[in-house]
Amino acid sequence: MGPATLLRRVKPAPFEYHSPESVEEACELLSSLDDAKVLAGGQSLIPLLNFRLARPAHLIDINRVGALDRIYERDGGVAIQALARQAAVEDSDLVARVCPLLSDAVRLVAHRVIRNRGTVCGSIAHADPASEIPAVLLALGGSVVARSARGVRTIAADDLFSGVFETSLAPDELLVEAWFPAIRGKHAIVEESRRHGDFALAGAVRADDRLVLFGVASTPVLADPADPVKGLDPSGDLEATPAFRLHLVRVLTDKAFAA
Amino acid sequence: MKVNGVEHPAPHDARRLLSDHLRHDLGLTGTHVGCEHGVCGCCTVLLDGAPVRSCLMLAVQAEGHDVTTIEGLARDGEPLHRVQQAFHENHALQCGFCTPGFVMSVTGLLARNPHPNALEIEEGISGNLCRCTGYASIRRAVEQLAR
Repeated sequence: MGPATLLRRVKPAPFEYHSPESVEEACELLSSLDDAKVLAGGQSLIPLLNFRLARPAHLIDINRVGALDRIYERDGGVAIQALARQAAVEDSDLVARVCPLLSDAVRLVAHRVIRNRGTVCGSIAHADPASEIPAVLLALGGSVVARSARGVRTIAADDLFSGVFETSLAPDELLVEAWFPAIRGKHAIVEESRRHGDFALAGAVRADDRLVLFGVASTPVLADPADPVKGLDPSGDLEATPAFRLHLVRVLTDKAFAA
Repeated sequence: MKVNGVEHPAPHDARRLLSDHLRHDLGLTGTHVGCEHGVCGCCTVLLDGAPVRSCLMLAVQAEGHDVTTIEGLARDGEPLHRVQQAFHENHALQCGFCTPGFVMSVTGLLARNPHPNALEIEEGISGNLCRCTGYASIRRAVEQLAR
């Protein structure tokens, strides 16, 4: 490859880059632009751009929006704003005290170097079916705050995850905050993956008597602890057959409820 | 953005990754590029002191921030940085492709936790892949630094 080629070398498909400095400006952009994608930590979106699996016309980078990285106590739980990095949540004494289940879950997300950039709200908006944080939000019965030029609304976790990488956020809405209720009772998050830091083949979250499974359906799903595989039809791939995933669900549920 | 203490002009193209910007625009080829989707860890640099994947950031996002690459740890003619020295003493590299990423990850780990235990060391280097299978000697190098 000659020097001229290297000088032009880019991986993502063409996009127009926007770097708003306030939530209002970001919402204005989201409402006026077609085919726009929000860039927060970028630890899932940038790989998709590099592979050109995602080709948004506009990229709205919210990293220069001020005062959007707070972690604070609210309504008997903990609120995590859109630019709070997973590493900051991992290190937060407040999160450890109010919602230790979230502290445990964040440590299972990839590696520390990824968590230095990745955000909790980004994991929720991305809605990977094998992701830990959406499952924790659902198990705790948390919610998210969505802002747009039209106003503000709260979406309960039960109404948020609609499919693989799909949420009920509207195209003009920005997820500005996630809220995780406090947990004082028994809780656990357990998962099985081929390598440390990989996406889970299957995982289980327990919050008191509630069980949520992840990696085994198109979204995180509520399940009956007494019969966790009921109604499940997980997909198979090179790493795990459907039968093996069902086996993992039984084993992980037992582990989560053994404590 | 400041790279290794030197101010550089803004990247021309918003589509340019930080890794490609460092290598092709600034000529800092010590930052290696392996998988280009955040798995291998070869492109790890410090952003304001914390290790990040330079292939998972746009170069424009580093504007106004401090970036440290492997070239910034010890300048030409200077003695090796203590992490480089420990890797040298423990034969913690073979082909060397993964080494800049490991050294930057370990530098970030020790800045946050100067005395990691064995488990914390394993966790700290778990995001970097070495395909020469040299993990035992890499672990030894970090254990030496952690004492």
